[in-house]
Amino acid sequence: MSLDKEKIKHVAKLARISVDEAKVDSLTKDLNSIFKFIEQLNELNTDKVEPLTSILNQSLRSRTDEISDGKIREKILKNSPKKNEEFFVVPKVVE
Amino acid sequence: MSNITNQSLSEILESIKSKKISSLELTQAYIKNIENAKKLNAFVTTTFDQALENAKKFDNKPNNEQLLSGVPLAVKDLFCTENVKTTAGSNILNNFVPSYESTVTKNLWNNGAFLLGKLNCDEFAMGSSNETSFFGNVINPIGDHLVPGGSSGGSSSALAADLTPATIGTDTGGSIRQPASFTGTVGLKPTYGLCSRWGIVAFASSLDQAGPMTKTVNDCSIMLEAMSGFDEKDSTSINKKKESYSKNLKDNIKGLKIGIPKEYRIDNMPKEIDELWEKGKKILKDLGAQLIDISLPHTKYALPTYYIVAPAEASSNLARYDGVRYGYRSQKGKDLIEMYENTRSEGFGDEVKRRILIGTYVLSSGYYDAYYLKAQKVRQLIKKDFDDSFTKVDAILTPSTPSSAFKIGEKTNDPVSMYLNDIFTVPVNLAGLPALSLPAGLDKQGYPLGLQLIGKALDEQKILNIGYAFEKNCGYKNEIKKWWS
Repeated sequence: MSLDKEKIKHVAKLARISVDEAKVDSLTKDLNSIFKFIEQLNELNTDKVEPLTSILNQSLRSRTDEISDGKIREKILKNSPKKNEEFFVVPKVVE
Repeated sequence: MSNITNQSLSEILESIKSKKISSLELTQAYIKNIENAKKLNAFVTTTFDQALENAKKFDNKPNNEQLLSGVPLAVKDLFCTENVKTTAGSNILNNFVPSYESTVTKNLWNNGAFLLGKLNCDEFAMGSSNETSFFGNVINPIGDHLVPGGSSGGSSSALAADLTPATIGTDTGGSIRQPASFTGTVGLKPTYGLCSRWGIVAFASSLDQAGPMTKTVNDCSIMLEAMSGFDEKDSTSINKKKESYSKNLKDNIKGLKIGIPKEYRIDNMPKEIDELWEKGKKILKDLGAQLIDISLPHTKYALPTYYIVAPAEASSNLARYDGVRYGYRSQKGKDLIEMYENTRSEGFGDEVKRRILIGTYVLSSGYYDAYYLKAQKVRQLIKKDFDDSFTKVDAILTPSTPSSAFKIGEKTNDPVSMYLNDIFTVPVNLAGLPALSLPAGLDKQGYPLGLQLIGKALDEQKILNIGYAFEKNCGYKNEIKKWWS
């Protein structure tokens, strides 16, 4: 299958990345060559194969659900590009 | 003492222990080298003041009981370091100063080492040439027109140029082994789960693994011992007893069975790679190992599988860069959605955006089964190939890369040709196995070439032993002219 420009713009929208109109052509070309390469997998019949979901022969550990740290609000906010005392600030979302 | 920085980590540790050199003198020697090597562009950040202070502290109260006593180390800028900027080679993290330390680096510091600086890498570790970094490409000390490999290209360049006595990288599809091969150094990708992923900027979580990059196999075993270990904070960390890889290093490999997979002889492979492989086989055979022909029939499907699984996981992991909680934020956009879109468009480079788009597409509604599920099934087949082979052999010998270091700019316009560089390294990540790249010879231009030893899961000791024996009998020596200073 091939990806057209409209499809790529749609995927970019899903990924929350704005795509420069001038770059759409070269992006389309690159992605199509990558997908052509990926689609070699269609040569293989995998009907009877179980998908690999974990590489480790162990299941995920569980732990007691208790708080192990806290009171680190300042550390968490430290790297925020825009904050207001105790909060992250984002562009207005409700009128 | 003037040549201290030429030496291996284990020799340096010996010199510190016997007080032939102080930690401060050692640190000053590396700082001088780093200041003279700006042309290589291996460092994103240096932490000289902090390093000098730590060196003095060590000299005042030396503790030589540790694995890495009094040694300064530079690390890939993908490891979060407390109060030291951590960029992952990206504009989107250009102002990010973590308030915590990654487990792996913390393990190094707990073993007596201290930070010298942060090393350049491909953006979010996505690349095979260190040309996707926001901070510019890194140069291979082997030649001023050559890439150092990637994504741990700053690490390989700094190590080969004597800017750090050893270093660490991360390997998702070959990012430790390929740069090691391109610079004539040793690089190990450990078993998935042996080194904690906590505090490492995530790329593809089911494939990412940190590992050592060193000048010798012995150094590699010391570094692995220091950095590995169970960590509660990583849900996929393996809970097992810590091993003394360096103490148990042995060069007797008599009777070991070494698999030679026929699928690694690919079309159009340069004759030199084939000859190198033959040379490697001969060395191991002369040491008493037994060579066994094996087949890993799904090898050719590893790269296509990787280019579904890795971008899928990356698109999910990189969703966190939204310009709200940390990192770069665009000033453009009239609402929240536009702010996200502009932040991500301005903050990520082209290769990262490409991979996020691939990942988003293969996971999107209506395409998931055709791509992602298919890739997970083929991944199962690739793992089974290795499982089957390891019932017959102790380790597998292959070339590390299909070529020596290529020229800067040579592959940047063709992503698929860039991806093909990882053809021999990617299967190992998909199967979660350990693999060691060893310098093994030079091509006709005089550029280093590497061979790869693949081991069973958690069988690092065995491939280190084989590598140790190989190294003693190979006679490879990196002779790099310091043209940059």
